[in-house]
Amino acid sequence: MNKSIIQWFKFGSPQAFYPLAGRMIPWFWAAAIAFGIAGLWISFFVAPTDAQQGEGYRIIFVHVPASWMSMFLYLIMAFWAGLGLALNTRVSGMMAQAIAPTGALMALLSLWTGALWGKPMWGAWWVWDARLTSELILFFLYLGFMALQAAIDDPRRADKAGAILVLVGVVNIPIIYFSVKWWNTLHQGSTINMNKAPSMAHTMLWGMLLMALCFWMYSIAVALTRVRAIILERERHTEWVKHAVA
Amino acid sequence: MQWHSVGEFFAMGGYALYVWGSFGACALLMFAEPFLAKHRLSEVRQSLIRERLADELELQQRTQ
Repeated sequence: MNKSIIQWFKFGSPQAFYPLAGRMIPWFWAAAIAFGIAGLWISFFVAPTDAQQGEGYRIIFVHVPASWMSMFLYLIMAFWAGLGLALNTRVSGMMAQAIAPTGALMALLSLWTGALWGKPMWGAWWVWDARLTSELILFFLYLGFMALQAAIDDPRRADKAGAILVLVGVVNIPIIYFSVKWWNTLHQGSTINMNKAPSMAHTMLWGMLLMALCFWMYSIAVALTRVRAIILERERHTEWVKHAVA
Repeated sequence: MQWHSVGEFFAMGGYALYVWGSFGACALLMFAEPFLAKHRLSEVRQSLIRERLADELELQQRTQ
């Protein structure tokens, strides 16, 4: 096999991945902070007041990134879970387990900021609309995955059971994404559409994209910190862990 | 810039509760989560260090 491919497989072992993750974390933090400062600056000081929603629309700068991340993180978690199930690589299950709490946090923030946006604009904190309901289901899928993993003592068996739950739940992601098209919902359509130019001011778009990048970098940094803890917890009886933690 | 005073900025055109409630919740949770993750990592490290010290002590006592 090609040498560079073998190099990649090396990081499938916890022993090689643990120090690599440790080296990457500060860079992701630096990127998260830089994107966050730029994004917040645009969100509050550059982006103009919205013609219809006044200053209330500024919730978009956290609502959309949190909602995107809640879906992206689920797909990434499903990717790792599926890889673990197919190839039985040890790090994969640990990655899925490390991503879940951050995904749940993003889903919660999406619901919370959505409620705070819905109240002044629609007059209701919550409606049983397709978009909101499918996002709530996503939040419960994260919690269900975490509960299932915590309930099974043997981590490898927990990974397998969790992976099946996560893979079945993937069907919910396109439902969330297309819910505003498929059903007549109170929730507005996508802000960014693949087929037509974005329907918002450029500065608003930039603010949103920078905040989304900040949330991306944040999620990676936190998930890598958590995966390091999980690696040590699961591998604590191996020789390499005893040497790694001096 | 559209703000004429600090008070106007914090008032958010009457949407203060909703805007600051959203940004505040994000800030709070996104500050707390990394600390929890780091705490978990340092917990397991500490316990591994304690385990190793215990092993070394045991070894010393056995050789005495």
